[in-house]
Amino acid sequence: MSRRIRKLRAGSGSIATGGQLRTLSGARVDRSRALNFSFDGRSYTGLQGDTLASALLANGVHLTGRSFKYHRPRGILCAGAEEPNALVGIRRDAARYVPNLRATQVELYEGLCAESQNRWPSLAFDVGAVNDALAPLIPAGFYYKTFMWPRRAWKSLYEPRIRATAGLGRAPRQPDPDRYDNRFAHCDVLVVGGGPAGLAAALQAARAGARVIVCDEQPELGGSLLSDRPDSVLIDGMQGSEWLLQALRELACNSQVTLLVRTTAFGYFPHNLLALNERLTEHLASLPPQLARERTWQVRAREVVLASGAIERPLVFPGNDRPGVMLAGAARTYVNRYGVLPGKRAVIVTANDEAYRAALDLHAAGVEIVRIVDVRKSTGSALAEAARKVGLPVQTHSTIVGTSGRLRVTAAEIASIDAHGAASGGSDTVGCDLLLISGGQTPTVHLFSQSRGKLAWDEELQAFVPGAPAERVRAVGACNGDFDLPSVMGEGHDVVATGAGRMGYVGALPQRPGSQDKAFVDWQHDVTVKDLALATREGFQSIEHIKRYTTTGMATDQGKTSNLNALGVVSRQLGKPLPQVGLTTFRMPYTPVTFGSFAGLQRGDLFDPQRTTPMHSWAASRAAVFEDIGLWKRARYFPCEGEDMHAAVARECRAVRTACGIFDASTLGKIEVVGKDAATFMERMYVNAWSKLAVGRCKYGVLLRDDGFVYDDGVVARLAADRFHVTTTTGGAARVLALMEDYVQTEWGDLDVWLTSTTEQWAVIAIQGPNARQVLQGLVADIDLSAAALPHMSVARGRICNVPLLLFRVSFTGELGFEVNVPADYGLSVWEAIYAAGRSHGMTEYGTEAMHVLRAEKGYIIVGQDTDGTVTPDDAGLSWAIGKSKADFLGKRSLLRPAMSAPQRKQLVGLTTIDPQVVLEEGAQLAGEAALRPPFRPIGHVTSAYRSAVLERSIALGLVCGGRARLGQVLYVSMPDGDIPVQVTSPVFYDPQGERLNA
Amino acid sequence: MPDLSHSRNAPALVPSALLRTLPPASRFVLRSSRAVMDAAAAAIGLSLPAIACRSAQADPRAALWLGPDEQLLLSTVADGPALATLLEVALAGMPHSLVDVSHRQIALELHGTQAPVALNVGCPLDLDIAAFPVGMCTRTILGKADVVLWRTAAERFHLEVWRSFAQYTSAFLAQASLGLAG
Repeated sequence: MSRRIRKLRAGSGSIATGGQLRTLSGARVDRSRALNFSFDGRSYTGLQGDTLASALLANGVHLTGRSFKYHRPRGILCAGAEEPNALVGIRRDAARYVPNLRATQVELYEGLCAESQNRWPSLAFDVGAVNDALAPLIPAGFYYKTFMWPRRAWKSLYEPRIRATAGLGRAPRQPDPDRYDNRFAHCDVLVVGGGPAGLAAALQAARAGARVIVCDEQPELGGSLLSDRPDSVLIDGMQGSEWLLQALRELACNSQVTLLVRTTAFGYFPHNLLALNERLTEHLASLPPQLARERTWQVRAREVVLASGAIERPLVFPGNDRPGVMLAGAARTYVNRYGVLPGKRAVIVTANDEAYRAALDLHAAGVEIVRIVDVRKSTGSALAEAARKVGLPVQTHSTIVGTSGRLRVTAAEIASIDAHGAASGGSDTVGCDLLLISGGQTPTVHLFSQSRGKLAWDEELQAFVPGAPAERVRAVGACNGDFDLPSVMGEGHDVVATGAGRMGYVGALPQRPGSQDKAFVDWQHDVTVKDLALATREGFQSIEHIKRYTTTGMATDQGKTSNLNALGVVSRQLGKPLPQVGLTTFRMPYTPVTFGSFAGLQRGDLFDPQRTTPMHSWAASRAAVFEDIGLWKRARYFPCEGEDMHAAVARECRAVRTACGIFDASTLGKIEVVGKDAATFMERMYVNAWSKLAVGRCKYGVLLRDDGFVYDDGVVARLAADRFHVTTTTGGAARVLALMEDYVQTEWGDLDVWLTSTTEQWAVIAIQGPNARQVLQGLVADIDLSAAALPHMSVARGRICNVPLLLFRVSFTGELGFEVNVPADYGLSVWEAIYAAGRSHGMTEYGTEAMHVLRAEKGYIIVGQDTDGTVTPDDAGLSWAIGKSKADFLGKRSLLRPAMSAPQRKQLVGLTTIDPQVVLEEGAQLAGEAALRPPFRPIGHVTSAYRSAVLERSIALGLVCGGRARLGQVLYVSMPDGDIPVQVTSPVFYDPQGERLNA
Repeated sequence: MPDLSHSRNAPALVPSALLRTLPPASRFVLRSSRAVMDAAAAAIGLSLPAIACRSAQADPRAALWLGPDEQLLLSTVADGPALATLLEVALAGMPHSLVDVSHRQIALELHGTQAPVALNVGCPLDLDIAAFPVGMCTRTILGKADVVLWRTAAERFHLEVWRSFAQYTSAFLAQASLGLAG
């Protein structure tokens, strides 16, 4: 046997590129491009095309991590997404550190810096390993049984300690500097998995003219062909790799085909919507500035082809977790695809024929196959025959009962299986540095199961395979339990390959009775056969309960290598056939997905639209302080030099009461209700009577939900007999329009009426205060502004500064007021013209905070602040608005229920503190007597509370049980530092006769 | 008294390679029965298409189907008064709603081979030319904003966006088209 290992002594002059343990030729790595990288601070070299795992193996490094609970040394078990052990952190810079990446999926790049996890002070010497010795004290579910006493210690000691211990890896502390992209896509066929089955399906669909998307989690398409020896498969007369090249060329040239590599289909949602995660820069040494780091694809597919392959199942036996223990198929991938020799002397333990293929390929690459241990009584497959033919020692009907070696496996203990199916007493110790295991193939049915497709138990395979689909989806190839390449690729291709049969094995291998060493089922969560046995002994029957109790399958790998073996162990413990034990749910994501990619573009300025009014830039240039109302930015107050909010608001309020203020009211919702039945529609919708409202006049409208509670309010103007201009609250605009449209379309088809949102058509400038008329006088044309011609609650069309004007005489401040509506593009320049004209009349800009104070002084409610969805018009003191003679309106029937007019309902009242300087806290609870401490039943609460500049005292509105009957009573606002006595008053604090309003 | 009739201010936008701001326009929402809308369209020289989500165009005017009882009428600012007058005359006595929304929204134009790709960053519709042909229009979403999307050529899309969402929409498209060549 020729030794093909490239041997180099450490310290010699010539440096091996890409690690010492390489095959001589072949493989898909670029042997001319060496890459430097580091692992735990030590420098190594690998090759372009390596994963971190293959590069480490090429350097003889198997020890890559410490296990979660027992801190046992762990190596590289797999070669793909299923890896449970080799979880590493990759650090690019302080802000770019990603923990818990599978070394088997991390592509090597120049300068890559990787760190192991869950160890201190070092990977080789880890203090936490004491847990391994303490294992009897921390069995499965120990945290449900301990930490019970003393109770106080849970918060101060146990929980913080457990939290510090739990979880792997550390999240970076800096903001994520990268960009994440999103893409919606549609196709006829989405193929998940670019192996031979997937590519055959893609070719067939593409040749039929379909729009095809092929995605694969790996950096290159090819799937199992990438792991095959080039000469082992013939497709359409070509070697596998040559056929692959040709197939990819054909697909790439087809404009209807999209090929996505490094793209994991991680979620399957209803109606064939699949979420894919594409990693664009993770494999690059330097990051191109334009490129997003990851892209989420949301693909809607007419048909989905799942060609996601299969995952090799480990075998469960004592000491099966030492570094150097590896899946047979993974070893084959490392040899054939990466040109890496994962060991020099290998023992192979198998329950199926596929492992013989690995044995042959490793043997051909120069690895000594010390022994093939087959659990089965006999095997007659072509692969087994080929292994015997080249002289590989095969031992059938045997099992492995233990391993030795601390940081790397050094020997396997092999025993034959006796007549009772247990391990016989005698055993022999076989020295090795690589222990390959294979329990058969588990089809990757995650996505099929996510699509709500039923799974069926395959007795021969000892695994679940896709059954009846729920979506338009089909599984092909290994994903469908089909491992026979000619059948996988279908009739369109001429395939020559050696089949391996479909045998599989689940559960623990035969052992001697009373075997004590840990036999791992779930590597990542450190769950052993004993843990599962304990769970069944403690009475757990359902796999869903056993899973939660032992945490088997609950790690970030979601049990890709462990779930079936756990089921096998439990099935034997309970004496129930495996399919009856059940199967846990497959949930998205298939592999972990970054939060960044879920957020996509929705961060920073794009987190939410920030809606601004036409006059926003003016307010911003005046250093206004803005507040968020829904998505709107509204100017809250305009502080002058050295002013705090209180001072600014007091000044703004005084200006409105004594001169005039200017206020941006553009955000109010506006709906134009038009049609010959517009008035009838309004009668049905709002509580008010509208038919008699004259053209050119306005009315304060109250809108209820059908439950009779106040939903929205606003001034409504009648612009023409068949046209109303309805205003809504800022936050209510969209839902009021939706409610109206809903009634028009579904209930009131008899009406000729249509709705159009005009919220953003108009810029609305409120001019409020005794001087308001004088300011406008010089700017407005075609409208008589006198009180007689344009009284309070009226509307007129005209021009302002030669711009079309819809002028409302309305007030939300209790002062003489106008609202100038101009087409939005004119808003800013008209505002500036009014402001310039108003300066000599004492005009002051004011914000929403002053507006709130001014309206509260007048007892005007704000829906959503003074109401909370349980307030009737009468509760809010608005029964005057109800059209009493109307036959019906939205909510009327509900208002007739006796409870809706009970005298003890909470009613809106004013509240004045006995100490005028004290401002109440909004939301504070009211008590009927002094010195009540919680818990007590409050008789009401404060809804609005402000300091009123014009009244020189604090004011408040509140909802109080039977409030209007309590005028003059003293109530108590219960606060942490004692009661605040308040007197119940009318909610109208200022100008109760409304003389200023009608000026 | 100043004359501000020419002092219009459009919302600020974030510029990007694929995006062009279109000039101010006249816009009306016409809502009525199909027969009435057909009559109105005829009066302004348009013939409304028979199927949903399609547009009719006769420069400078266009009608976009937004619903069985709703058309968005577009034209130039200069044509606005004439258009309004024609519609009022044609619709007199017929049940309908005609509302001027010229200032409610602004128009953006996205162009280039990558335009559908950039839109699909935030718009879940199938924008393949077969699924969304030239002349098709619909209300849809782009990121978190509502837009009316209208394909005016194979590689050109017209977007109608409410003005307070214009900045967000342009910023979204700027992000979306990063790394996409025109």
